[in-house]
Amino acid sequence: MKDISCKLLVIGAGPGGYVCAIRAGQLGIDTVIVEEKRPGGTCLNVGCIPSKAIIHAADEFHIATEASKGASPVGISLSTPAIDLKKTIGWKDNIVGRLTTGVSGLLKKAKVKSVEGRARFRDGKTVEVETSTGTQIIRAENIVIATGSQSVELPNLPFGGKVMSSTGALSLTELPEKIAVIGAGYIGLELGTAFAKLGAKVTIVEALDRILPVYDKELVRPVEKRIGDLGIELLLSAKAKGLSGTGALLVETGDGAEQKIEADAILVTVGRKPATENWGREELVLDMDGRFVRIDDQCRTSMRGIFAIGDVTGEPMLAHRAMAQGEMVAEIVAGHKRSWDKVAIAAVCFTDPEIVSVGLSPEQAKAAGREIKSAQFPFTANGRAMSMADETGFVRVVARADNHLVLGIQAVGRGVSELSAAFGLALEMGARLEDIADTIHAHPTQGEALQEAALRTLGHALHI
Amino acid sequence: MAEHTIKMPDVGEGVAEAELVEWHVKVGDPVREDMVLAAVMTDKATVEIPSPFEGEISWLGAEIGDVVAVGSPLIRIKTAGEGLKEESPKEVTPTPNPSPQGRGEPDSAPPKAEKASTDEAAAPVQSKAKTSAPPSPLWGGIKGGGSSLSSGAPRAEGEKPLASPAVRLRAKDAGIDLRQVAGSGPAGRISHEDLDAFLSAGRSTSAARGLARNTEVTEIKVVGLRRKIAEKMALAKRSIPHITYVEEIDVTALEELRAAMNAARKPDQPKLTMLPFLMRAMAKAIGEQPEINAIYDDEAGIIRQHGGIHIGIAAQTATGLVVPVARHVEARDIWDCGAEVNRLAEAAKSGTASRDELSGSTITITSLGAMGGIVTTPVINHPEVAIVGVNKMMMRPVWDGTQFIPRKMMNLSSSFDHRVIDGWDAARFIQRIKTLLEAPALIFVD
Repeated sequence: MKDISCKLLVIGAGPGGYVCAIRAGQLGIDTVIVEEKRPGGTCLNVGCIPSKAIIHAADEFHIATEASKGASPVGISLSTPAIDLKKTIGWKDNIVGRLTTGVSGLLKKAKVKSVEGRARFRDGKTVEVETSTGTQIIRAENIVIATGSQSVELPNLPFGGKVMSSTGALSLTELPEKIAVIGAGYIGLELGTAFAKLGAKVTIVEALDRILPVYDKELVRPVEKRIGDLGIELLLSAKAKGLSGTGALLVETGDGAEQKIEADAILVTVGRKPATENWGREELVLDMDGRFVRIDDQCRTSMRGIFAIGDVTGEPMLAHRAMAQGEMVAEIVAGHKRSWDKVAIAAVCFTDPEIVSVGLSPEQAKAAGREIKSAQFPFTANGRAMSMADETGFVRVVARADNHLVLGIQAVGRGVSELSAAFGLALEMGARLEDIADTIHAHPTQGEALQEAALRTLGHALHI
Repeated sequence: MAEHTIKMPDVGEGVAEAELVEWHVKVGDPVREDMVLAAVMTDKATVEIPSPFEGEISWLGAEIGDVVAVGSPLIRIKTAGEGLKEESPKEVTPTPNPSPQGRGEPDSAPPKAEKASTDEAAAPVQSKAKTSAPPSPLWGGIKGGGSSLSSGAPRAEGEKPLASPAVRLRAKDAGIDLRQVAGSGPAGRISHEDLDAFLSAGRSTSAARGLARNTEVTEIKVVGLRRKIAEKMALAKRSIPHITYVEEIDVTALEELRAAMNAARKPDQPKLTMLPFLMRAMAKAIGEQPEINAIYDDEAGIIRQHGGIHIGIAAQTATGLVVPVARHVEARDIWDCGAEVNRLAEAAKSGTASRDELSGSTITITSLGAMGGIVTTPVINHPEVAIVGVNKMMMRPVWDGTQFIPRKMMNLSSSFDHRVIDGWDAARFIQRIKTLLEAPALIFVD
């Protein structure tokens, strides 16, 4: 097979890798991207997109179920609904298929050459790819490592059979009657909630004494309450020990007692680890930063001409961080002067209700030595939230006390993930409280809660 | 509450007054014991004044640049406790830092200045610039606030510049570090206009923007070392009628000798420059004309001829001209001279030269070295009577009687105090040096 030489080689076509390649192609850089599976990475194939599709289906089904019980606040009644999970999965797969095909098309449009197979470094300038037709050697001036991350496996609960990662859970065509979820991080909670809404009996086992440890307690409280309302059993300070002889999940509870949890499916969502193996890292001399590949503010690794982006480079392991890094690296390779200067990376949790956090929480700001002002505006005082029959949650603004520069904005509530755009823009533009307070926010929308939270921080909220 | 007055301390060496060069505090500042309050500069040294108390500054008695008599009240500090006290300056034990330029009289010279009475609490602040009003507590309270200490930094240290993504992108493309750009917006936000202003300010000097009138006038207060230099130069030019004599020296042979000596030098010997040879030649010439190596006290009407030859070597440093002194050149061989010059130059550059090393010269060498220039009119280092200036060495055609031949030539531009050195003697001195440098073996024979 004829060797390929190029200016830029991207390993991994996840959100970081494909964005990097598309931008590089736009900039006229001779670019090759290597991907073992379908383009789109974890995000498009087994992560963000399919999970949100399942969550949406579960929400719809749950609303219908509530209505059939006569519990609809808006007065809808219907007979017992049913869900054909095969059809749901088919619908989800169709979405994923359209998106991955779309990415392939975008890469092609940007004149990026795609090579399918597993890439492996030979040295700092050469990569070999095992393709279906043989070994392809690619030499590149610049190489971007965008290999992503994978689900962490528990040694006493290896994946297989009823023990599955989120990937497996997103392909279930039959709803298990009882599901045990290990890990109350955002993946476990999102999927656990969805399966509970679909009708499964869900038990969540968490080793820490709280759920969603990356968010502060105020933000988490509405989610905690909702979990209880949905009948999800929450075992905190409990450790999963393995499977019993009969296939039940053995759990050591906080007081040291052993508990057996009957489950037809065991979903292990205890985190994700960077994919740093099986691509020839041992052929290179890359400095590491703990488990991650160490990068500087231009995503350069310790080796000249080798960049790394996305989950393999550290927390937060979020698709939009990887995309921004990929775009930046493409521009750096094109000779532009770029460096990482983002103020904030929004983090969204698609639980019920949703949580969004941008910038610093009040505790984080105080810990950073800031004098702050902070206030929240509850959705109970927001007309649009009322009219959607869900008033849980609030929007909270954190600002510097001296010059009112906004340091962080958080919200919890139905559909607040869409507010993340406004939150992110406010932080990135360097908004002060007055900027938000003096912007007209359309009525009636949930976004008004942002303006009111800013006003309330300034001491003159209008609707509370 | 008690108020303590700190007076200008007696910084020793018979100094009667000192110039205030720096305030480290302003009125209202809390101070701890031993915190540095101010720096004063005498003819010879910069001295830091530490606080003997813990308390709050209530009054500052001088402005930067003022010359304050020893014993005058300088600072008042409010402390918790009883009574109004006057702090004797004797209890302030400042550590003297050498003044970079403070060259003074040789060790044997008697102090010129009278010692001021330290008891005279109301000794006035004497402002040579005639710009300051006489001191009073009121004046000090209002004007001594040290407003010059407030910095114009656009944002606190470590604070990230605040700018929208579009501004950041433009700055990156233009290669601008936004930390250097002042933000005019709320909370110090940097706008596109701020960036425009920064760009046009940075490039206004480039030819591309055309010629423009600049009506700016920048006022720079002449204080500290610059003032010392100014006073010294004015004194020298005012009181000394200079005669400047320029002669060219053929240094071809000297350069050959120097190269040979450097090639054969031992590891512990310094690399020789032209200076050690000139120093040795001067020492030899002074042996025959001791009147050149002298200090003229014109007020007393006495010329003090020194047996010891202490050659001051003018050196440019970051803060200005300083003159470290190589002592007893008559007792140093060529290698020793070379080593001493290197050591002094290093000490002067790094600011670690001691007061002794910066004073006591009896004659001075000034060299603009590689800068070029064929002639200078050196200003005598008052109260000396002679200064030898070295000009750039270069290859010149010299007529040897039948043809032009290339020779390494160097000019010496030297000034003498014509009141005590006649032109004839000045010329004789330089001619003797010329002879020695042109046949450098003569430097080494007695």
